[in-house]
Amino acid sequence: MDTFTIAGKTFSSRLIVGTGKYSSPAVMVQAHEASGAEMITVAVRRVNLDRTKESLLDYIDASKYFLLPNTAGCYTADEAVRTARLGREVGLSNWVKLEVIGDEKTLFPDNEALLEATRVLVREGFVVLPYTSDDPVVCRKLEDAGAAAVMPLGAPIGSGLGIQNANNIRIIREFARVPVIVDAGVGTASDAALAMELGADGVLMNTAIAGAQAPIAMAEAMKLAVRAGRLAYLSGRIPRKMYANASSPVEGLVGR
Amino acid sequence: MIKLNGDPYEVAGPLTVAELLARLDVDSRRVAVEHNLAILKRETFDRTRIADGDEIEIVNFVGGG
Repeated sequence: MDTFTIAGKTFSSRLIVGTGKYSSPAVMVQAHEASGAEMITVAVRRVNLDRTKESLLDYIDASKYFLLPNTAGCYTADEAVRTARLGREVGLSNWVKLEVIGDEKTLFPDNEALLEATRVLVREGFVVLPYTSDDPVVCRKLEDAGAAAVMPLGAPIGSGLGIQNANNIRIIREFARVPVIVDAGVGTASDAALAMELGADGVLMNTAIAGAQAPIAMAEAMKLAVRAGRLAYLSGRIPRKMYANASSPVEGLVGR
Repeated sequence: MIKLNGDPYEVAGPLTVAELLARLDVDSRRVAVEHNLAILKRETFDRTRIADGDEIEIVNFVGGG
């Protein structure tokens, strides 16, 4: 069984999915099911005081899915730390998908603030999974700061552009001693497969599934793509060559 | 008057965090509460008193990636 482990917790699915942007809770529930994911991200926000009876948790079976609260939307280390602490206090997880955003238009991370927040939260006993740039040096610093995994972006959040710097993902994988999860940028199944073929231990996505025309079918496509990419990675692909190399015997051709 | 999730909120007389949550119809098992920037343990909701001018944040999980 090809499992992967983060901070002592073992998962058999290498796909992590989000809970945002779904057209309805029912579609989300079915997409989660179809994805085969075991870990699900959620955001921490103020309770809507006009609709206090509505809860995302009504639609997530916490005995089946492991919840990963995020700090999406935070622009400083302090904000992210505060949000992480609140997420932990809801009481379902001391894990955090740590985001500290540095730019509104690209949602690229502020890696300096991310490192600072990682150090604080690791000290407080959090299992920190930082969303970061596809930069091997930053990933190494995060690992040294105690991150339980590193989560480099494939492309900007929600862009669907696919893996923009495949070589960096490969280098990050080679450098890292913790799991590497490609987080953000996946647009379709082949992007997820590529991430896995590059050696990523997992892929995290939200918009690629929730924003697809048929989210439930796309969730299944992503499950298969992550599995296919992983198997291909483990199987050792053939080297790339400039010219052809016949698959059929060159001897015994009729009429020669 | 207190500040609740960033907005002014009228409370008639002293009350505890647990009483505030009940009044707002919020399920205390599904939220986290910050009282004047200090995060509260759920066990303390019924003995944490809210005074005039206090700032309260009540958060929960919503959809996100």
